[in-house]
Amino acid sequence: MSPTGLSIQSVSKIFPHAGGAVRAVDEVSLDIRANEFFTLLGPSGCGKTTLLRMIAGLETADGGRILLDGEDIAPLPPSKRPVNTVFQNYALFPHMTVAQNIGFGLEMQGRPAGDISRAVADALKTIRLEGMESRRPAELSGGQQQRVALARALVNHPKVLLLDESLSALDYKLRKEMQIELKRLQRESGITFIFVTHDQDEALSMSDRIAVMSHGKVAQLGTPQEIYDHPATRFVADFIGICNFLPAADLGLKDAGEIGFRPEDAAFVAGATPETPGAKGRIAHITYRGAVTHYLIKLADGRTVTLSEDDPQDVKVDDDIAFAVAPDRLIRCA
Amino acid sequence: MSPARKKSLLLLSPFLAVMGAFFLMPLLLIAAYSFLQAGPNGGVVWHFSWDAYVQILYTRDFDGTLVFDAGYLQIFWRSLKLAGICTALCLLAGFPMAWHMATRPPEKRNLWIMLVTIPFWTNLLIRTYAWMLILRTDGLVNNALVKTHLIAQPLTLLYNDFSIGLGLLYSYLPFMVLPIYANLERMDWRLVEAAQDLYATRAQTLRRVILPLAAPGILAGCVLVFIPAIGSFLAPDLLGGGKRMMIGTLIANQFSFARNWPFGAAASVVLMAVVMLGLMLMARKGRGLQSLV
Repeated sequence: MSPTGLSIQSVSKIFPHAGGAVRAVDEVSLDIRANEFFTLLGPSGCGKTTLLRMIAGLETADGGRILLDGEDIAPLPPSKRPVNTVFQNYALFPHMTVAQNIGFGLEMQGRPAGDISRAVADALKTIRLEGMESRRPAELSGGQQQRVALARALVNHPKVLLLDESLSALDYKLRKEMQIELKRLQRESGITFIFVTHDQDEALSMSDRIAVMSHGKVAQLGTPQEIYDHPATRFVADFIGICNFLPAADLGLKDAGEIGFRPEDAAFVAGATPETPGAKGRIAHITYRGAVTHYLIKLADGRTVTLSEDDPQDVKVDDDIAFAVAPDRLIRCA
Repeated sequence: MSPARKKSLLLLSPFLAVMGAFFLMPLLLIAAYSFLQAGPNGGVVWHFSWDAYVQILYTRDFDGTLVFDAGYLQIFWRSLKLAGICTALCLLAGFPMAWHMATRPPEKRNLWIMLVTIPFWTNLLIRTYAWMLILRTDGLVNNALVKTHLIAQPLTLLYNDFSIGLGLLYSYLPFMVLPIYANLERMDWRLVEAAQDLYATRAQTLRRVILPLAAPGILAGCVLVFIPAIGSFLAPDLLGGGKRMMIGTLIANQFSFARNWPFGAAASVVLMAVVMLGLMLMARKGRGLQSLV
């Protein structure tokens, strides 16, 4: 059996920059399984979009191989790759109707007109935009444009669908809706989705696996839970969620260096006095967030940590408190 | 008149004054002249007459009867044809030029714009004479070809349709390049990437995405080339040797040598009407084209 899925093998991209060169993507190797919802997560400039563009063929790789179901697609132009992209700002053709936009890929592949109109009608139903086929993109809302861009790519049944920060232009509520919609479309279509985002929330809630990228390299690869609970590096711990870091001694531990913990993994120790052993501090700020409450705590050495509790605690600003971290929730990373 | 209306008229007055002095007045004067009688030594006699318009289609026989004469119509037709060919050539040469300019890095684009506009720094008359020096029998091109023994006898490059076409192409190319450049420069290049991602070949991307999006610039360029080309006077007169009568040379002659101002004015009015009609057709066709793609 030939290997299925997308295999990225030591792919690099070097951009000339200010007389020198920048390795935007630095010998990245990843194996993305068929039918997987895979996310490339990282801050801007980490190389995630460049890697996505190399998979699409919009950027040529400077070395390395990109195998799709065992075939090297790196030498192929974008028009010859069984891969489609949902662009960041959708890139819908402004001079074409919704139906013409969605049918464009099929038309370019020389499919008969009857097939195209059937596929377009089906796609419009899937994205719930029936009756909008003769509108122009400018006449649609942001969310509708987003769905047309999705349909325009999905209607071609690519082996891999690439999504470049596709939800970032939408407002919060619409983004949440589209996250669920995307997940549904991915499950129903059985297509491999590669999703690029800088939004850790989005990455955690949708992905089967996440590759966290930093400076052109993969900092960590794993399921959302693996990455959140066991970040491999301090960068990953900081980038995904909030992570407190304190010298081990401050937490009464014998480890060398610093130990990390998530705000929700620490709890106040009731009835603590300044003499109680363990981590101590003073409440500097309380932020009520609805479902949780955040407590900013200032330690004696001036460091601050954040604790979060589901229920508001009986403490107020300037109270001296002690807190403890569940031993199995400590984060020890490189 | 309400105060608000008075105020807006007052604000409009500079615009109306400029329009009136530089656009409306000359046009009205031309239109008026075309309905007058020619003065015996040039100028006009203030006496209403259709003569100038009649003269476009008819000539007077020896015994004074009017005979249909297609001579001037042929001149009109030849000018239209030449302007059309000139516009097509400008588009063929101008689009790739504009494309090249628009795809340079932003800091180099201004240099290209300057290079395209440099010819405007010198008068068109001088530049047209320069073409005569290049094209004439013992000119630059012929001398080079003869000296390198590529040809034995000099070619006739001047005083024919070729030299007129070349002169027109040269004169009006920037008017085609600049609007198309302005259009392409603003274009969203991600749409090109999107087209390629959706399996479009380069030719399909050009036809289905780039050309429709560049259509306003192309249309503007065609109008800017076609209108001056149809009434152009220097290239046909100097490079064509004045042998090939064009509408521009015809009109110029009526005001200078022939001293028949009403006829020159009438020919101008007809030319304007033809151009106006053409533009209206083009505008309609432009809309039709947009709905096609």
